Amino acid sequence: MRIKRLARPDPRLSAALAAAKLTGVAIRQLGRGGGTAAPGVVADRIDPNLLTKVADRLPRGAIVVAGTNGKTTISRMLADMLEAHGWRVAHNRSGSNLVRGVAAALAARSSLTGNPRADIGVIESDEAAFPEIVRRVQPRVILLNNLFRDQLDRYGELNTIATRWSAALATLPDHITIVYNGDDPTLSAITEPLATRRIAFGLADQNRLFHLPALPHAADAATCRACGADLSYHVLYASHLGDWFCPRCDRARPHLALRGTDIHLDGVDALRVTVDYDDRLNASHPDRDTSSLQPAPEHHLHLALNVPGLYNVYNVVAAVAAAKAIGLDDQTIAAALAAFRAAFGRLESVNFRGRTLIVALVKNPVGFNETLRMLTIETGGLTVPTLIAINDLDADGRDVSWLWDVDFELLAQGAAPLFTTGLRGADMANRLKYAGVAADRLHPLSPALANALDAFIETVPAGQTAYVLPTYTAMLGLRRTLADLGAVETFWRQ
Amino acid sequence: MHLTIGWLYGTKMNIYGDRGNILTLEQRARWRGIPATTVEIGLGQPIPAEVDLFFFGGGQDQEQIAVSNDLQGTKGETLKAALEEGAAMLAVCGGYQLLGHGYRPHEGPFLPGIGFFNLATEAGPERFIGNVVVDSPFGELVGFENHSGLTTLGPDLQPLGTVRVGRGNNGRDGTEGARCHNAVGCYLHGALLPKNPQLADWLLTAALRRRHGEVDLPRLDDSHELTAHASAVERALRTR
Repeated sequence: MRIKRLARPDPRLSAALAAAKLTGVAIRQLGRGGGTAAPGVVADRIDPNLLTKVADRLPRGAIVVAGTNGKTTISRMLADMLEAHGWRVAHNRSGSNLVRGVAAALAARSSLTGNPRADIGVIESDEAAFPEIVRRVQPRVILLNNLFRDQLDRYGELNTIATRWSAALATLPDHITIVYNGDDPTLSAITEPLATRRIAFGLADQNRLFHLPALPHAADAATCRACGADLSYHVLYASHLGDWFCPRCDRARPHLALRGTDIHLDGVDALRVTVDYDDRLNASHPDRDTSSLQPAPEHHLHLALNVPGLYNVYNVVAAVAAAKAIGLDDQTIAAALAAFRAAFGRLESVNFRGRTLIVALVKNPVGFNETLRMLTIETGGLTVPTLIAINDLDADGRDVSWLWDVDFELLAQGAAPLFTTGLRGADMANRLKYAGVAADRLHPLSPALANALDAFIETVPAGQTAYVLPTYTAMLGLRRTLADLGAVETFWRQ
Repeated sequence: MHLTIGWLYGTKMNIYGDRGNILTLEQRARWRGIPATTVEIGLGQPIPAEVDLFFFGGGQDQEQIAVSNDLQGTKGETLKAALEEGAAMLAVCGGYQLLGHGYRPHEGPFLPGIGFFNLATEAGPERFIGNVVVDSPFGELVGFENHSGLTTLGPDLQPLGTVRVGRGNNGRDGTEGARCHNAVGCYLHGALLPKNPQLADWLLTAALRRRHGEVDLPRLDDSHELTAHASAVERALRTR
């Protein structure tokens, strides 16, 4: 571990921190929201190096978590585990994950002299901001969860992101640890050339219920980045994630240092998984390439969580991999995860007018597919009324084309009524029509979320459950509506 | 009567939800009692003679290189001949560019096209991203553009329409897309056809006419389509 310098007086940093704190307080008092990013904007004007300086003073460094899907959940799991371990954690918990949001979160956990009131940082990073966040934060651990097609109008093509990440990773010093999803061929390829300690995680479960028969339409990156051939899979778990190999060159899924196995899913409520790993992970000087070492004794870490779905199994294994990389013990990990609660909109249950709403954020084709898979895996089609809320603001992706990459054809089965709302709710209704959803099940509602929620809830019998699937800004809008009505807390207090 | 759709490079050139165009053509044929099947025409696979209607979507840069190579020689010539004989086609973005003379990127080699459309494309300095509204002989079209290619049409080539909102072929001359025989090329994602059913039906009619003579497609209830169209136009006016 690096020895941290003692903080010297830094007037510019202090001024920036003071301004950030005042801005945050002012925004919250004005009722304008959580003040999760604006303080970072203000502070950045005064001291552009604030993030670097504050991150550098964290005694135990920082962990940066990146990936198209799962990064919010994984960061929260990690923060909970680290707190259970007895460390104070600085974390951009509200999900504000651009450079300024990260700076604001760290500023909020620093004294005016720039001394952190935290031991370690957990930083969720946006994909596009990842190179800049990593450059400024200089983390000790980087966790890469997956790369999927997402918001092409904002992020560009998948190859573009992969290439930028690759360049950013190449500039990092050798003493950091990269924890990555070995089931993702793209992440395997971009981490392969690195001289740093690398820890791969993934799934190893023989239950066919969790295997896909073929690559879904939304999958990207199923070509070998080394030779260009189409990849094959011994087992495919989700999108392009699985036990992959290249039929032309010798590349294949790397040795997994941590493996999720013996998976049990319990509907929209819970999951169990066993994470297998061996002692080589805990070695004080691990070999650079764990795959070249002799077999060591296996450990089986049994976990039970109150979050659902196969995609959350990946998130759990990822979070455990990072926790083991920094040496947390199994008991702490299991206890923290058993108490874990989903973040707002991530399969959160809300009681509203005597009904239970289960809210699941949908933001890209792979995430939407996995949510639909979870909701229908045991029942065929949907069995409870469902409201889909699609917006097209910047944070949602302004292009709604992605709805045509999602396999809504799954919903043609089942009898549950389907409702649509949001700025582009009409596009969603049209998509469901072409997916083969019968006209008498399809109910477009007002584009205004509050009105739509009102009409929707009336159709749900009292005491029953309903699903709400919103895009990012639709979820925030829904959340505001529910908070105004007293059904949920405002999200920045979570 | 039967409709065969040929999806050029479906697994390589399938970003931006362009599959929505295939789903729309299939469903709108089936809803009128015309069975429809889609065959994928991948790298190294010949152009099947039975295709009535082609779709050629956009892909990532790397994939477009492989596709450009694959279309050189017999395959590209066969496709061009089919289009000249009246086969129907919708090409979007990368597919549109490769139906022209080719694409000149900022770096790397020129990507030759098949030269069916008399147009050429070069990489431009900025990326055009946003909602687009086009006035065309098919009525008002709405879609979403996301490209940095600047496409210039030859003097004899008809554009698909003129841009009311958005940048279009090149951001300069107000044109969007191109039309020749029964082929339409453009930069419109969205996907295009689900929200512009009149264009979908024109393509279906043109595709069936070639083998079955004039067909009169029964009208469908397009209320969902037209509501989606109207809300997309409204968003276009608000966002650009």
